[in-house]
Parts: sequence; structure tokens; C-alpha cells
Amino acid sequence: MIIGLDVGGTHTDAVLLGKSGPVKQVKIPTDSSDLFRTVLAGLESITEGIDPRRVRRAVLSTTLTTNMIIQDKVPPVGMIVAGGPGLDPELFRTGDHYHIVAGALDHRGREITPVDRGQVREAARSLARRGITQVGVATKFSVRNPEHELAIAEMIRDRFENVFCGHQFSGHLNFPRRIATTYLNTAVYSVHKDFFEAVRKSLAAKGLNVPIRILKPDGGNMSFEASIGHPAQTILSGPSASVMGAVAFAPKDAVCLVLDIGGTTTDMAILIDGVPLLAPRGIRIGPYKTLIRSLLTESIGVGGDSVIRIRDGKPIIGPRRAGTAMAFGGPEPTPTDAFITLGLSKEGDAKKARRAMAQLGRKFGLEADDTADIVFTAACRQILDSAAAMVDRINSKPVYTVHELWEGQQIRPAHILVLGGPAPCFAKKLEELFDGPVSVVPRWQVANAIGCALARTTSELTLFVDTALGVATAPGEHFTRDIAHDFTKQQAIELALELLREKALRRGANPDHLEMEVVEASQFNMVRGFTTTGKNIRIKVQVKPGLIHGYDPVSETMTNDL
Amino acid sequence: MLKAKHKTGLVFFPAFDWAISPTHPEREERLLYTQDQVFEEGILDIDGVIEIKPDLVTIRDVQRVHFCVPDPWAVMTESHFISAGGAKTIGMAVAEGKVEKGFALVRPPGHHACRVVHGARGFCNVNIEAIMIEYLRRAYGIDKVAIVDTDCHHGDGSQDIYWHDPDTLFISIHQDGRTLYPGTGFVNDMGGPNAVGTTVNIPLPPHTGDEGFLHVIKDVVLPILEDFQPDLVVNSAGQDNHYSDPITNMNFSARGYAELTAMLRADIAVLEGGYSIEGALPYVNAGIILAMAGLDYSNVREPDYDPQKMRQDQNLSARIREIGSLVLENWRNRRLNSAHMRINKDCGRRRRRIFYDTDNIFETQEETIIVCDNCPGALRIDSSSDAGNRILAVHIPAKACDNCRRQGLQWYEQADMERFGQAFLQDRQADEFKEKRP
Repeated sequence: MIIGLDVGGTHTDAVLLGKSGPVKQVKIPTDSSDLFRTVLAGLESITEGIDPRRVRRAVLSTTLTTNMIIQDKVPPVGMIVAGGPGLDPELFRTGDHYHIVAGALDHRGREITPVDRGQVREAARSLARRGITQVGVATKFSVRNPEHELAIAEMIRDRFENVFCGHQFSGHLNFPRRIATTYLNTAVYSVHKDFFEAVRKSLAAKGLNVPIRILKPDGGNMSFEASIGHPAQTILSGPSASVMGAVAFAPKDAVCLVLDIGGTTTDMAILIDGVPLLAPRGIRIGPYKTLIRSLLTESIGVGGDSVIRIRDGKPIIGPRRAGTAMAFGGPEPTPTDAFITLGLSKEGDAKKARRAMAQLGRKFGLEADDTADIVFTAACRQILDSAAAMVDRINSKPVYTVHELWEGQQIRPAHILVLGGPAPCFAKKLEELFDGPVSVVPRWQVANAIGCALARTTSELTLFVDTALGVATAPGEHFTRDIAHDFTKQQAIELALELLREKALRRGANPDHLEMEVVEASQFNMVRGFTTTGKNIRIKVQVKPGLIHGYDPVSETMTNDL
Repeated sequence: MLKAKHKTGLVFFPAFDWAISPTHPEREERLLYTQDQVFEEGILDIDGVIEIKPDLVTIRDVQRVHFCVPDPWAVMTESHFISAGGAKTIGMAVAEGKVEKGFALVRPPGHHACRVVHGARGFCNVNIEAIMIEYLRRAYGIDKVAIVDTDCHHGDGSQDIYWHDPDTLFISIHQDGRTLYPGTGFVNDMGGPNAVGTTVNIPLPPHTGDEGFLHVIKDVVLPILEDFQPDLVVNSAGQDNHYSDPITNMNFSARGYAELTAMLRADIAVLEGGYSIEGALPYVNAGIILAMAGLDYSNVREPDYDPQKMRQDQNLSARIREIGSLVLENWRNRRLNSAHMRINKDCGRRRRRIFYDTDNIFETQEETIIVCDNCPGALRIDSSSDAGNRILAVHIPAKACDNCRRQGLQWYEQADMERFGQAFLQDRQADEFKEKRP
């Protein structure tokens, strides 16, 4: 059996999944001032009365690192960066302990200026003097050649507990994002590690020796051991839990919009043929733009508890939340009051809900029922309009080849899947307004925790081959290999897949169920003068986000449960 | 956080799957390292720099400018529709105020493409700036436009298209035609009889460096622009004046290009040539984008840049100043020059041979413009190529007077279809394009 646990802002959901179906589900309030207790309480109650030997693993999605970053509570850590010509690295300063040293590489990873070792030593002295124990190192174009980052790390390793290098975290080009990504990983490392070690110890003390995995924002998981090296890959995993919870029920040959409707917000995502769409660059969190891979999700301020304003005689829903709905004793009318008035839900105090709608209706000169209908319609329409705008943004993403532009297919969602607390109520109205089927994810209230439990171990890898320089590099894998001048694109793809396989296994993937795919494979002849001097090959491969095998039937059974 | 002073739109279309031929300078690899540099610098993450997906141009857009023989499909590939579309997309974003400045980083380029197109010349098939400008005029009522062509090669195609248009100021700064393709663009080429002065050629001697270029911009180009008062300034931003360019002989630097961009303050830049794909383009393009957005470009530098080596010789500086004074003198005397030209009764006629180096075609043109005091004049071109096509092309400008319009329609209607394989009418007043065959 597998445990899935998703810590949300107000509730923490946990499920226990067996091969033949969900065994148990719990919902407990989240104590955001003590996440450790929340996680333990969730795990304890979900395993109560269960033989611990039957639990294969627990997959957790927490807001631990997310909260640290958003609330600006990260401990001080050091950064050493080398940029060389271009934008001034000072523009990307991450805090007080930020040192710029000389050293530069060009776009093919060739050295322009050697690293200034004196400056590195000076920076290290200054950091050590101020009691810094964790240091990040990032240099421009390090994904093309990590030597500068490695040289700096090597020089200072003895003086600090941990030194992280930028090329470890992503193979993508973007120096400012590399700096931010390295910084965040360095900054959340200690808290992340201490937290999960403590969780593991407490569980072990209770005889629950289950391996712990952690959900990533790209809808995949990684083992706790692997997360130590990539601690920032635990941020913003919440939305991906919900998306993965919907995956099992998405049509396998259509574009599907996923709506996770909560009290305050609605998270939107797109599944294409059952596979979630990834964000093109990386997560943005607080002031930081990063290279941390994530599912493409957008959040809007419309939910069951959103307040209702009136503009030009029309209701505008959200983005503020004043409390619960009036039907549950809250202070202001909400969409929840509207659907209760409409008889779509039996929960809450129907009289209070009706009073809320009547009160609001006086501003329109309408009865409670009519008011409820226009309010609820407006809420659903706002969600659909925002989703349409998101789809437009996805469709207007630039492409760089004639083929892609000419053949470029536009995505249009044909199906909607809804989950979250008020999912069934919203689904009924959305169905009226949307041209296509709208369905509710089975066990919509804990689908996020199920998504957590069933998420596959994902990873990605970039391989860069320059046959003129005779070298293949996979940044982050500590992989640099001399290659022959006649190395081909096909060989590069094979090499990339082989490296990806090793990487995914290291992160805890099941070797029998690796769904690897080539995301990008391009090859350019490098012509100097009138002769071809070599080939420039770029390969990106990934393990597709998806669900683990063997448990898919669980989901099917659950469908039948309804 | 880094924020652009001027909201700047960017269409980046490197056409990674299109080449003239595998080892041709205009090949897949050309903007690869520019992409690497722009991505790695994080320029697309800067607040106020936005990337816009290019739209395609339509056949109508192309035919507002060109006479394609026998038709646009024969002389254009998908890539040309996108590259011209990239320029148009940027133009629209600027015209609609979505962005303050726009840069179309697209290929293939266009400034050697003339009004009549039998094939490709100088790596160009259709003139992407002209297609954009004529669309903007039609859709947004923009009137006076200035094009400043800073490609190292003379922008002979743009010159040809705007030779008779007094509302388009075309300024080309290029390596002297006696030393480089296409061999044209001399100081005394100043435009046709209805538009004397609005073609400005500034041929510079080989080895001109930052000092020379920036002098020409500041002391020659800017004063002329100030006089002309354009509604829109377009920079044909070729990057082959760079010291490392393999097919030219200039000494301009990335920093110099950025400064030029900052001084010129063009509304729209469109990439033209530039074939030092590793040593120049990544840095020049980064510099141009930063300069357009009003950001600090002072630290953008080529790895091998040595200001000492690139210092301009004193004699060369003196020669450049002389050329500049000559250009300014012509500009100030443009009315007088026009009167002089019009003394010659045949000033409305030109007979020319045009060579399409890329496609190896020879074209012979007989051009007739109505010398007119009231409008840019109706234009008639009798064009034949050694590929065997002979066509009649008639252009009626948008501002044509009644007489010139009548003359244009008459030329087209009375075309001797025994001599021509095709006759075309580009009626810009009606925004129509007509064609007939024998």
C-alpha cells in the first residue's frame, strides 16, 4: 500500500491506497505554525490500525519550503557568481552575502577569462567570517562547461558545510534564473533536510519504517535521499498533486482542462492526451524566477468562499475571501451561498444562504433565487474566461522553426475535470456554460492526496554535443565525455536516454515503468568559412509526468465506486 | 528587479530548419548562438521585454509592395512568409501601443529585394521592412516613415521601392559600393524626380570603426531625421559592419551597435544581414535589445574585443567627415537638386540591369515615372528576365493625383499583351492588385 499526503493551506489530506482500491482517507486541519506536527498527525491517523509492513512508501507534498520562501524566512546563505561580459550580475543579487568574481565562458563553454582565484578566496574568507555555512556557486554558461563552477566549489569546499553548483539543478540556459535557483536550493537545504529526517525518525520510533518520497512541482516524485541534493524541487508541489489526482480520469486522446476549485482560489491546468503540460521556463515564486521545472498551472482568485462585488450592475467574484460562506456562519455572501440557495448542495444552513442571496439581491432588485443564479453563473463564467485566456497564452508561445509555425496546432480543451471541495456543485453549472463534457474527479475531496501517492518518479536531462570541440556534456550529471568527430544525433539521443535512465533510477524510479521521451533533438552544422567543421547537437529528454503502473486499476475501481 | 525603460517587443524567429543551402551564410545555424546568448542573459525575463509570436503575412501584404514573377508562391518559401510576418507583427504591436519599441529578430532578411521580384538577390526574396511599412500605412494611417539601413551592404532593394516616394526617407549607411556587393549607393543617388533628397546614401570607406559610425549617426542622420519629422523610424539592423564579419571589411563593435541604437531611438528594428554568427551576432543582438529597452549595455562586449586594435585611423576619420558634409549639403539643397534634375526631359525614364546573385538571374528594366508636382507619380515598369519572363508592372501610389491615376489605369488597360506574359496593376488607392495574361 502507498500513502499519499498533501499539506494544503487549510487542510491536510491523506489517503492509503491498496492495489484494489483506496483503503482509507483522512482530512485534518493544517497547523501552519507547526507543519511537523501536522505531517506526523496525518501519517499517524492514516496508518492507525494498519500493519506498517504493508506500507511500501509514503509520498508527501508539503508547503514547508514554499512558506519559507514566500514569507522570506530563509536563513542567510552565501553566493559566489561569475558572469563576465553581459548584464551586470549585481542586478541578480540574492542578499547580503553575494560575491561577484571575475571569470567568463562563452556560449560554447570556451573560456574567455579564467576564474580569479584571489577573489574567490577573498569571498570565501568574508563568508566564513560572517558565519555562513552554506554556499551556492553559479557562473554564466556553466551548463555548457561546468569547470568554473567546479573549480570555485573545489577551492572553498573545506571551509563550508555545503557548496551547491548551479549546473546541478538544470540544463537550461538562463544565468539570472540559475543564480536564483542555486540560491533557493542552498537556502532551503538545512530546513528541508532536518524536517524530513525528523519525520523519518519519529515514524521509525513508532515502528513505521517506510521510505519517504517527496512530490515535485512537475508532478513527479523523488526519493528523500535524492531531494537532499535538490531541496528546492519541493516548492509549490501542491497544484501538481491535484493535477496528478485528475490524470487517471482524463481522456487519453483529447485536451482536458483541470479545475481544482477551493475556497479562495481555483487552480487551472491542461492535460493533453492524459499528460499534463509543463511550464515553459520554470517556477516563479515570490521575487524569484527559477529553473525549477513545474507543471503549467495558473491560479485565479475565484473560489467557493470568494466575496462578491457589484460593478456596473453585474456581480464580480473575488479575489478576496472574507471568511466562510454565510451558510456556514461567515460574514459575506459567497458563491457557496448561491449554490446552496439553488439546491445544488445540502450542506450548510440553507436559510442563511438564502438570506445572503436576498440581501445581495436587493442591490440588483432581484429575488434570492435569481440572484443566486446570476452569482453562480458569474463565478463559473469567470473561471472559464480565465481558462480561455490561459489557453490563449499557451497557444501564443513562440516557436523557432518553420515547421512548428506552419504546422503549429492550437490546443482547445474539449473536456473539463473538476476537483476540490465544491467540485460537484460547480460541475453542474460549468456543464451548462461549456461546450463539452464536464466531469467530477472521483473522491474529489482527496484527489490531491491520491495524485501524490500515484505520481511517478520524474526527471529530465539535457545533453549538449559539440563535435568541433569533440565533447558531450550533460550538466548536472557530472558528465563530460570526449566523443568522436563523427558522433551522430542518433547516438546523442541514445546517450541522453541512457543517462536519463540512470538518473531516474537513482531518484527512485521503477526500471520497468520508465516512460522516457525525447522533448527536443536538434542538430546544426557548424560551418566556418565554407566547410563544415562539426555539429552542434542539443538533446532534451524526460521521464513524462504520469502515474505509476499497477495502481491504475485502483483509480478505475474508484470510478466504479461512485 | 530589472525593468525596461521602454516596453520592448521582440519577435524572435531563427528559422532553425531553413537554409539557402547547407554551407550558405544564410543557414540554420545563423541565430543559434544569438538565441543562446539572449536566453542565458535572461533578457526575455526582464520586466517590460516581451516575446511575441510572429504571424504570417498574406499575399495581399506582399502585393502591396512587390510584383512577384510569375506569382508570390514562386519566389517565396514558408520562411519568407514568417520572416515578413515577424516584421509585420512587431509593427502592429508598436502601432497599437502594446509596446513602445519593437525588434524583429528574424531571418531570412529582405533589404536587397526590389519592387519587381524574379528571384533571390543578396540572400533576399521579399522586402520585409517595406511589407511591414505598407501594411502599417494601410491599417493605421501612418504617413511619413524613415528607414535607416545600417547593414554593411547598400539597401538597394529598399532604395528601389522608395526611390519615387517623397514620404519615405530612406537612409543607407554602408561600405562603399566600389568595394562591396551590391556596388551601388553613392552620395549622388538621391531619389527620383518626384522625391529628390528622400533617398540618402552614406557610403563609408572600409575599416570604418565605432567613431566613424557614431559620428555619421549623430552629425548626419539625426539632423536629417529632425528635418524630416517622420511618424515612424525603422532601423534595418544589419550586423555585418562588425569587425569579425567574414564577408565585409568594417570595424564596428557590439558596444558601438548598442550606442547607435540608443542614439537613433528607432521605433522598430528589423534584423538584416550579419554573418559573424559566433563572434558578433550574440553580442550585437544582446546590445541592441538592451539599448532599445533603455537598459545598461555598457558591459556587453565580444570576448576578443580590443579597442586599441579597432581605433580608427585619423585620415579615415577625415574622409568620413567629408562624406558626411557632402551628404548634408545634398540634403539641404534637395529642392535645388530636384529642379536641376527636372530640367532633363528624360528624367522620368530609367533603363537598368539588375542581377540576382543568389538565383543567378539577369533582369532588364525600363522604368517610367510621371514627373508630377501634385503626387508621387504613376510608375510603369517593363521588366524582362533572362529566364524568359517579360512583364508589365504598373504602380498607382496611394496619394496619386487624378491624372496619374488615370495614366496608371490606362497603362494597365492598354498593355500590349502580345509583348508581355503578364501585366500587373498595383493600385494603392483602391488597395487592389490585378493581373492579366494574354
